[in-house]
Formats: sequence, structure tokens, C-alpha cells
Amino acid sequence: MQTTLRIALRFLLAKRRAMMMSLAGIAFGVGFIVLTQAITAGFQTFFIQTILGADGAIRLEDKNQLSDVPIEAEALTKDKKGPAVSIKVKSDRRYIEGVSEPRLQIEAIRRIPEVTGISEVLRGNITVQSATREESAQVFGVNLDAHLAVSDLGKQIVLGSAADFRESSAAIMVGLELAERLKVRLGDSVLISAAGGSTRYRVAAIYETGVRDIDRVRIFMQIGEARLLLGRPFGATFLQISLRDPDRAREVAELASALTDHRAASWQDREKVWLSVFFFFRILAAITVFTIVIVSGLGMFNTLAMIVMEKTKEIAILRSMGFTRRDIGTTFMLQGALVLAAGLVLGWVFGALCTLVTESYPIRIRGIFTTDHVVVSWAWSHYIWAGLAASVVVMVASWIPARRAARMEPAEIIRGASQ
Amino acid sequence: MSATSQTQQPASSNPNGVAVRCQKLTRYLGEGEGRVHVLREVTFEATRSTVTAIVGPSGCGKSTLLYLLGLLDRPEGGEIWIGGRNLAQADDELRTAVRNEHIGFVFQFHFLLPEFSALENVMLPMQKLGRLPRAAMQERATKLLDSVGLGAKTHRLATQLSGGEQQRVAIARALANQPSIILADEPTGNLDVKNSALVFDLLTHLAKANGQAIVLVTHNPDIANKCDSVRPMRDGVFV
Repeated sequence: MQTTLRIALRFLLAKRRAMMMSLAGIAFGVGFIVLTQAITAGFQTFFIQTILGADGAIRLEDKNQLSDVPIEAEALTKDKKGPAVSIKVKSDRRYIEGVSEPRLQIEAIRRIPEVTGISEVLRGNITVQSATREESAQVFGVNLDAHLAVSDLGKQIVLGSAADFRESSAAIMVGLELAERLKVRLGDSVLISAAGGSTRYRVAAIYETGVRDIDRVRIFMQIGEARLLLGRPFGATFLQISLRDPDRAREVAELASALTDHRAASWQDREKVWLSVFFFFRILAAITVFTIVIVSGLGMFNTLAMIVMEKTKEIAILRSMGFTRRDIGTTFMLQGALVLAAGLVLGWVFGALCTLVTESYPIRIRGIFTTDHVVVSWAWSHYIWAGLAASVVVMVASWIPARRAARMEPAEIIRGASQ
Repeated sequence: MSATSQTQQPASSNPNGVAVRCQKLTRYLGEGEGRVHVLREVTFEATRSTVTAIVGPSGCGKSTLLYLLGLLDRPEGGEIWIGGRNLAQADDELRTAVRNEHIGFVFQFHFLLPEFSALENVMLPMQKLGRLPRAAMQERATKLLDSVGLGAKTHRLATQLSGGEQQRVAIARALANQPSIILADEPTGNLDVKNSALVFDLLTHLAKANGQAIVLVTHNPDIANKCDSVRPMRDGVFV
């Protein structure tokens, strides 16, 4: 092995320029895979953190109801040409809106070890009126401490404080975009109308989740006050649940649903569309960048094919002095492996440096989340996958010329060279 | 290895230190209409400490016979006996191992690895055989290069040596594993008269000193006349 390694290295160094080109191709390919995966995964992770911070890992809402559903053969009964038919089937589940007996459901869900917090939320449509404008919005009645435990609301407050909100039942927390639309500032009062009544509230805090659809409609108030405003003294609209490991939300949601006979939606199911978009972009980016690796593989193939062509006499003499076909094949595979190893190290370093530089690159994104710079994710898996992709391509690219070299018949080469 | 290739040679068929023997070797080259019957049931043997020259016009089958004796090529028919084994149709692994241990080649073109020094070129067969520790390999390679007059140029790259010097390195390399057979295909064909004589004398002197059988293909009558025996060939047979 040591001898074949030495031969591989010398053969390779004899073709420095071609080898450097192949090396650069592999390094760029690996580096760009790392970078694109860091960015796409970074934004996806940030989006997940945002939605978990706003809406929690699981929402338990709407009570299940099993019922027999009559399906009438309306068309047949109208023209009266056929027999009047009415059948009853055991239907799909139907739901009764909201959570009934929320305290009982909370007690049941608390028994699931994975659950770290549960917040009872009462939601209702309202009209909010400031000194200058009127907007449609939704009020979210919460128990602040319980809700802070299942969301990032505390961290999302950009003006005012949670303490101010907690102190007064007339205090509300308004989304940044809604506050801008209403042109209200901290301490201003707004008139909220719902269920035929109107009450004046004071803006105690302004929050920003980064999700536009949330920030422009949600007004948080204490749940007791919400019950009065909405005229709903019992029940809750949903329970927001946080978990130790949000990735287990699907299985915990199933369990919670079975325990409470309510529909439970995990964040993965709630945000299926956006997650699919992120997944699509990750795949798209991976495919695009993988072409660089493919091209670098072709470069490697060219380099080795060239070395095989130029080294036929050397291959013949090595075979004549006792080097086996396997030794010859190994010599060329080792050349691929040497370039690959150097390319991987350089590519990883290049990818890490690019990720580092990109991380501080300013970019303003508002809508599905809020950020003022590129969000990246640092994960070993990106480096491992980039390494695997490059390894497969380069080793396949090396294997073809290596096999060709190993199959060469020394007598034919020597005969050809001597003529 | 196939059953035929493992056939053991009868004791009586290895008299007087025969290093390599072939019987009824047949070889065709080319395909289709261009197919040529190069060797026609050739029988030949080379004994230790003798230099045999194979001479003849171009295309008569000299080099083809040499490559077959050196297990670089496979015959369509016949037997090749080395070390008591018929290796004509042995598997590639065995033939390669036998080449490494028992056969040394010197070609018209030196075929040195240009990226390696003279010393490293000579060490290559030894490294493949792997019988000696590295220091011993280095010592033996140095000694061999010294014996071919290149003791002062052991660390020069092959490309930094003259044609004659390169051929001398090739001789040292052929002798590296102390093979029982040295096969030389026009070893002086690419050299001037002075270097030709030098290379031939070196080759024969060193090989004889080590009891090796030398089979040499040459067009040079002066070289052939210095050999212990001369076997002329024509149209694929010895005449």
C-alpha cells in the first residue's frame, strides 16, 4: 500500500495543473453544498423557531364528535323517477368548535411527560378603533404566565413590558403591524368592540413575532377580560402546548387527541405548506450545487484518464516487475482519493468561511419571519453530506480510469512502444 | 489458479538448472483478416548462468516469445515451465507473483518511472516483493547501482540521466529481486556502440555472477556473437 501510495502521489504531482483544477472543483463543490445547506437549513430552522415561538408545538382545538350522517339522494327524489333513497353512514369525524372543559383537558395532557407547558386561549373576532383608524382584528385571551411558557411572547415584546400587561386587566398587547396601522403607541388607548359591546383598553406592550399574519391581527389580553368582552364565560378556543422536543409533536399530538377526544394539530401539520416550500428550496439548492460536484467529478475523471493514457508505459513496466492489476487499480483510485481528501478539507474550510461571511450579510426579510441578516445553520450533517456526495462522485470518476489502467495488457503496451 | 497451471513438472524435465522452458508455444496476433500466426509450436529452454541470444528478422516472433517466457502474454497453445510449474494458462495473480520473484526484464526503452530517482526505481520490485526491510532494500539498490557504475547518481531522477545510464538503471532494476531469469528485449537497441558494449557486458557479467539465465533478443550480430548460444528464428520457428 505504501508503495502504491507513493506511486500515486508521484503520478499525481506530475500533472499538477490538471490536479489543481480537479482539486479546486471538488473544493468549490463541497464548499457550496455546505453554504447552501447552511442557508436553506438556517432559514427553515428560523422559520420553525418563529412558528413554535408564536403558535407552539401543538394546538388542541375542536372537540371530536362521532355521528351518523344522513346522505339523501336528492337528485333522485327531486325528479321522482327513481326510488327515494336515504342512507345513513358512520361518518368521518366532525368537530364541535373549541375546547370544552379546558381544565380537564389540561390535566389530561399534563400527564404526557413530553409536555412542558399548556396555555388556554380564548380567541374572538373584534373591531379595534384608535383615534385615527378602525381595523378588524382578533383578540387572544390568555393567562400570561401560562402563555409565556408555551411561546416566545416575552422575547417578542419590542415596546413596553409583560409586567405592565400583567398588572392591569385593561392592558392589551398589540402586534407591531397592527399598532402601525392603527397609529397607536405605547400607553395609547383603543376601543375594542365585540359581541355588541365596546370596552376601552390601554396598549401596555407591542410585540413582533415576525409573522405578518400574526402581527397585524392579534391582540393579547387577559383571559378573564376576554371572556367578558366576547361574552363567552366558559370553554376555550384552543390549548397551545409546548414540548421538550418539538420534533416529536406529531406523535404527542396523536396521544393528546386520543386522551382528550379533541383534534390536535402538530406544527408540522399546521405549517405543511411552508415546510414543503422550504424542503423544495433545499432540494433545488442541493441539486444545483451538486452539478458543481458532478463537473468536478468529470474534471477528476479527465485528469486520471489523461494520466492513464500518458502512463501506459509505466503501467506496463510496473506490471512486468510484479505489480498486480489490483495494485495498478489501487494506484489510480488512490490518486482520486488523495485529491478527494484534499478537496474535502479545502471545501469544508471554504464552506465554513463562506457561511461565516454570509451569516453577517445584511438582508431584510419580513412576512413569514423577521430578520435583518442571512440566517445560517451550523450542522455537522451538512459537512458529512457534502463529503459523501463528493466522495461518491469522485470515486466513481476515479474508478473508471483505474479499471482501465488495471485491465491494460503489458505485452501489448511494450510491443507498441518498441515498434 | 487452474488445474493445468498447477501441474508439477516431472523431476526429469528440469535438468542442468533449466530456469525457463517452453514447449510447443503457439501464438497468434491481430484479429480477423489481420490475424498472424506469430509462433508455431516453439520449444525452447534457457539454463542458469548462460546467455542465449534469439536473433532473426523483424516480425519473426522473437519479442513475442520473450513476452510469453516472461509471462506478460498468454499463448494460444503450449506450455511454459518456470520453477517446476506450468504457468502458460495460470491465473494473473500467480503469473504476476512469478514475474516479481523470478523474472527480470530489460527492454529496448528503459521504461523507468520518470518521477522516481534511480535508487527508487531499483527499489520498486523489492518493495513489491516485500522480503527485505527498507534499509536493506536501499542498501541492495545502492549496491546494484554501484555495480552498474551509477553509485554517484543514485538520487538523480530518471529524467536527469543519459540514455545509457537509464538503461543501466533498468539492468539494476531487473536484478533487484535476484531473479532466476533475465529477459532482455533489444537492451542495446537504443544505445550507441560504446554504451551497447557497456550495457551488454554489465548485464551478462552480473547475471552470470548470480547464476541467472539470460535470454536476449537482439538484431546486433556483435552482441549475439558474444552470447553462449544463438538461436535464430524465422517465421515463428527456430531454424
